[in-house]
Amino acid sequence: MGRLIRGRAHVFKRANINTDEIIPARYLTAHDEAELALHAMEDISRDFVSRVRPGDLIIAGGDFGCGSSREHAVWALRGAGIAAIVADTFARIFFRNALNNGFLAIECAGLAEITSDGDDIELDLDAGAVRNHTTGASRLFTPLTPFALELLEAGGLLPYVAQRRGVGSPNA
Amino acid sequence: MTVPMTITEKILAAHSACDSVRPGQIVNAVIDLIVAHEVTTPPAVNMLAKMGISRVFDPSRVVVTPDHFVPNKDIQTAELTRQLRRWVEEQGIENYYELGDHGICHALIPERGHILPGQTAICGDSHTTTLGAFGAFATGVGSTDLAATLATGELWFKVPETMRFNVSGALPPGVYSKDLILYIISRIGVDGARYRAMEYHGSCIETLSMEARMTICNMAVEAGAKTGIIEADQTAVEYVRARSDKDFTVYVSDEDAEYAAALDIDASSLEPVVALPHLPSNGRFIGEVEPVSIDQAYIGSCTNARIEDLREAARILKGRRIARGVRAIVVPATSAIWRQALKEGLFEIFSEAGCVVSTATCGACLGGHMGVLGRRERCISTTNRNFVGRMGHPEAEVYLASPATVAASAVAGCITDPRVFLNADPMTVEAAPFQDDIHVGVS
Repeated sequence: MGRLIRGRAHVFKRANINTDEIIPARYLTAHDEAELALHAMEDISRDFVSRVRPGDLIIAGGDFGCGSSREHAVWALRGAGIAAIVADTFARIFFRNALNNGFLAIECAGLAEITSDGDDIELDLDAGAVRNHTTGASRLFTPLTPFALELLEAGGLLPYVAQRRGVGSPNA
Repeated sequence: MTVPMTITEKILAAHSACDSVRPGQIVNAVIDLIVAHEVTTPPAVNMLAKMGISRVFDPSRVVVTPDHFVPNKDIQTAELTRQLRRWVEEQGIENYYELGDHGICHALIPERGHILPGQTAICGDSHTTTLGAFGAFATGVGSTDLAATLATGELWFKVPETMRFNVSGALPPGVYSKDLILYIISRIGVDGARYRAMEYHGSCIETLSMEARMTICNMAVEAGAKTGIIEADQTAVEYVRARSDKDFTVYVSDEDAEYAAALDIDASSLEPVVALPHLPSNGRFIGEVEPVSIDQAYIGSCTNARIEDLREAARILKGRRIARGVRAIVVPATSAIWRQALKEGLFEIFSEAGCVVSTATCGACLGGHMGVLGRRERCISTTNRNFVGRMGHPEAEVYLASPATVAASAVAGCITDPRVFLNADPMTVEAAPFQDDIHVGVS
């Protein structure tokens, strides 16, 4: 099964893009994705939301999503139309929240350095490869573990748990 | 032959019916304590409803308090707490702390005896690591994990590697556990312990109060850690015994347990530390920090608003006045701490110094309410994060420091070494004159 994801890049080269930047706490009074999406990244990139088209990708530096545990950060980005994030590394709670939502988060060191805004990026989940069709460059990444892929395919932790009936257990 | 393990590995093994676990292994652990507040719990409650799960696995393991936006700051937050309260009723959750009895959850939980050594605890809040001060495995999770745990009483974890911090020597006067953890984060960076457990040892840690230990574990997440943890010693056991009659198991790391890294720190060589904007890892010794003017001084949050913190601030503020042009805000972390501070006369000291005192709330720490910053305003704060926009306007600046440094800076009107005041009689030290630079009074 060829799991391919292709979209336009929005590049955040800086490390430590934190959850206060992804969705400021002043908007945590909502948890509707569409509402949160209006304010995604607004403190670092005012026009980010207006530039995103459904299916676009974020390509970022290290420790993406550090800071608070707010799952609102994942919801805001997905609500804005982002299909996946590729970062050098992810902060652990953000990564977990992403998988738990069936939202693709791939760790691939150095991609942000060789990617520009608007580049045409393709992720091959099975091969563990990412191609920049605009520049011709490519990078390899450690493929997701089978458990992570199962979570993604189920659409997140809760649907996964529901499917398995043995609620809460990855081994159930 | 038994496999040598760290405290974190032992707790995770015991809670997942394994004889031993290794870093990197995925385990499904029984969760002893689930803490819930009004920001991340309502989404979890909605998820459970959507899945058709009508009952919490075990209401006796759940402790709930509204803390982020209390008293309700607007209609939306009123609705969030209303939903939380309704859910508590529906589920028959007995451990609910309503306004007046409430507190910032990470401070409230230990104070009410809800965390025990050797336990596992989660909360939809990153600063859950605070509870590691009691030798428990405690970590922050998102709403989905919270929902899954409420439904099942279990949650999966990748067993983290452990980093060991050996802290020897005594903290000098005017230097506190906040300075120590800011120093550690400045050494290893905001992702220096990413995915790892931070385990603190040494003669310095052993002499610290539980309050001071909580500050160190609280900020483990600011280095990216999954948990911060300290072996439960006599101090911890006595603290817990005074508040709970439940049985518990104390786990200690084996002598030959494996650590991913170790760092030795001589606490006696430390000075007060201030983390400059906009990362908690931007810590500098106070001597290297420009005495920039401030608009606001904030003493609050799960990091540093326990009774000891308030006492330290009061020591400096007693008989002195907040500098002209500075707003000083004191927010005790829980209602019980608030009452204790009242009894000890600390509010009189704060009030006479020109501070305002609020009820317990996460409040301005996360830019919620009760002290949100405007454009280009500068705040020195006892909180945990100084990211862009954290306390309000994205162009505001937050400096992180100990309660003593924040109090000293409030008096001086600019970032100031607390030892200047601690070593002096209030009558002999004059506050620095008010300096009208560009960061003060900008509209």
